[in-house]
Amino acid sequence: MLDKDPVFKYGDWRIMAKTKMSGAKAVIESLYKENVEVIFGYPGGQVLPLYDALYDADIRHILVRHEQAAAHAADGYARATGKAGVCLATSGPGATNLVTGIATAYMDSIPVIAITGQVPRPLIGNDAFQEANITGITLPITKHNYLVQESGDIPRIFKEAFYIAQTGRPGPVLIDIPKDTQTEIIEFEYPEEIKLRGYKPTYVGNEQQIKKAASLILKAEKPIFYVGGGVIFSNATEELRAIAETIMASVTTTLMGMGAFPSAHPLSVGMLGMHGTRYANYAIQESDLIIAVGVRFDDRVTGKISAFAPNAKIIHIDIDPAEIGKNVRVDVPIVGDAKNVLKTLLKYVKPEHAKTETWNKKITAWKKEYPLSYKKDKLLRPQFVVEQISEVCPDAIIVTEVGQNQMWAAQFFNYKNPRTFISSGGLGTMGYGFPAAMGAKVGKPESTVIDIAGDGSFQMNSQELATVVQNDIPVIVAILNNGFLGMVRQWQELFFSRRYSETCLEGSVDFVKLAEAYGALGLRATKKSEVKDVIEEAVKSGCPTIIDFVVEREENVSPMVPAGAAINEILDLE
Amino acid sequence: MKHTLAVLVENKPGVLTRVAGLFSRRGFNIESLAVGVTENPDTSRITIVVSGDDRVLEQVMKQLNKLIDVIRVSDLPAGESVNRELALIKVGVDSSTRAEVMQIVDVFRAKIVDVGIKSLVVEATGDESKINAMEQLLRQFGIKEMVRTGKVAMNRGAKAVQVEKR
Repeated sequence: MLDKDPVFKYGDWRIMAKTKMSGAKAVIESLYKENVEVIFGYPGGQVLPLYDALYDADIRHILVRHEQAAAHAADGYARATGKAGVCLATSGPGATNLVTGIATAYMDSIPVIAITGQVPRPLIGNDAFQEANITGITLPITKHNYLVQESGDIPRIFKEAFYIAQTGRPGPVLIDIPKDTQTEIIEFEYPEEIKLRGYKPTYVGNEQQIKKAASLILKAEKPIFYVGGGVIFSNATEELRAIAETIMASVTTTLMGMGAFPSAHPLSVGMLGMHGTRYANYAIQESDLIIAVGVRFDDRVTGKISAFAPNAKIIHIDIDPAEIGKNVRVDVPIVGDAKNVLKTLLKYVKPEHAKTETWNKKITAWKKEYPLSYKKDKLLRPQFVVEQISEVCPDAIIVTEVGQNQMWAAQFFNYKNPRTFISSGGLGTMGYGFPAAMGAKVGKPESTVIDIAGDGSFQMNSQELATVVQNDIPVIVAILNNGFLGMVRQWQELFFSRRYSETCLEGSVDFVKLAEAYGALGLRATKKSEVKDVIEEAVKSGCPTIIDFVVEREENVSPMVPAGAAINEILDLE
Repeated sequence: MKHTLAVLVENKPGVLTRVAGLFSRRGFNIESLAVGVTENPDTSRITIVVSGDDRVLEQVMKQLNKLIDVIRVSDLPAGESVNRELALIKVGVDSSTRAEVMQIVDVFRAKIVDVGIKSLVVEATGDESKINAMEQLLRQFGIKEMVRTGKVAMNRGAKAVQVEKR
């Protein structure tokens, strides 16, 4: 059937209306219309026609070594560039291997398009070879999903999928394409308009509500901004900075919000929550007004919810109405796009209104008294490694794995710009960092991309070394190697009397040799004096590199709010 | 506290799964659910009775609204809406009890839709309390089988739940 396709060039402007082509080619053409430059994928039986169409298409395909990595790479690409990332897998196991990656993207509101092959329509429901009901499986972890039932629907479904993924509160959308719809000939016409009766995101905030918010801000003596990923997704960082400087209010960010406000800005109080700074947590607890922007009052942020910010009124700005009032009571809800709302809000506040001088002095005093710190001795401590990375590569995109490495990366790197901190915040997916770094590097080839990793997390997707070498994607993996599943070990130390049940990773692979086995560069540092040199060497090499930092084994992430405590009941750990 | 929601959805395969899946995932309780097509064949209407306080209701409505295939969600307040359920009840009878059963059916303005030697099938419509009361009375004769549709509801007066609002 395929060889009877009419001849045309992909992306040809002449392909406008009603050109005949196979379903598979219609998929490629739809991706063209959406300006997709790269796909992360893995072939298989039910996507053979799609891969055949890809063969001479002008889209870069990056062959991963496990479908999970394809989903994470698409996610990392999306976070670094702001454009939807695309991943592709076959039916059954290929599709189910995407699931963790899709769930990760869903929890952090990342626009990912996951394309899966499905068994031919007549076989659906028959428990055919490599059949899995992937639309059913991903129902609770996608913003929306589609099973292509008519090949003619492919252009419309792609148009809708990209629109849904990238608008409103972004999120992953899955498109499941039965093999027989890939080979049928259809008349390709990419729709200009989208007709979705049930989907109309609100971008502009209600003016009355914004005025109400402004009047609360004018009255506040102890205001604080609490901002998250929503600020980054709506490109609202400039507006945030402008308004914070106008009313002279401090800004604390969530993990997802790192980079939304410069870490070194005098009004920045860093991250809040379980491993946030003391001063951010104190400021939140004592504030009389919280201006929450693009956040969801997650339990890692609020601690004991009934004790959260007892004296504060709350203004909550979010594009998703369902987030407002979900976890805390809100005084002024504003549904809308953060950028739009902050812009409007800025009209109603003036610098002369700021009454925050006393409050800011107090915060500054807290900052002096309780800085983030670690023991500065001769030993190689992981925090030192992160600080050195920050010094040597101040403009790098930092990607993290999950656990202690993630928290140290958040605490000790000096973030200046949005989209430079990429981490699995909501789902907390170990193994996320390396493939996501790969996606980020593909999207931002001019940036240095560093995965700050743990030895545990890295080994969950280390097979992707083959991918970065084959496709020449020079990411740097900085392993803070402590031979433990560090965060779990930390909890065992604190709450289970140091009974280190199954958290010791002694006997792990030699990471330098592992890198070399794949044809990547392997470096190691065991002393403080070696750290800077190996980072510089890695950057200079221009190759995919693993640096094995052999760090103090039982270092803890500090400070820490124990689970279930109020966020000002924060402990320093040695 | 029970709330009745009218949910307009795309009349497409899989939509009911999305709605039901949302309830189970978010831990909301469905008391009853009835679904059918509306005056517009592209649109179906689901009537859901959900229990929970006002906060739960708010979350249910907001989460439902987030589903792409959900077009509109309305809360139908008890006093301001017409609520109906339909029940089919198979009652065991003999020559001595048949007349009495028929009398009860008459009082409730229900209908007998099938007559057998040993049984009657009663069709009853009404609000939940009426169906419950009738069930109670028929129980003494022996209910062999019963099926209820779940509640459907509509605003009183000119106010209507339609796709286009505002």
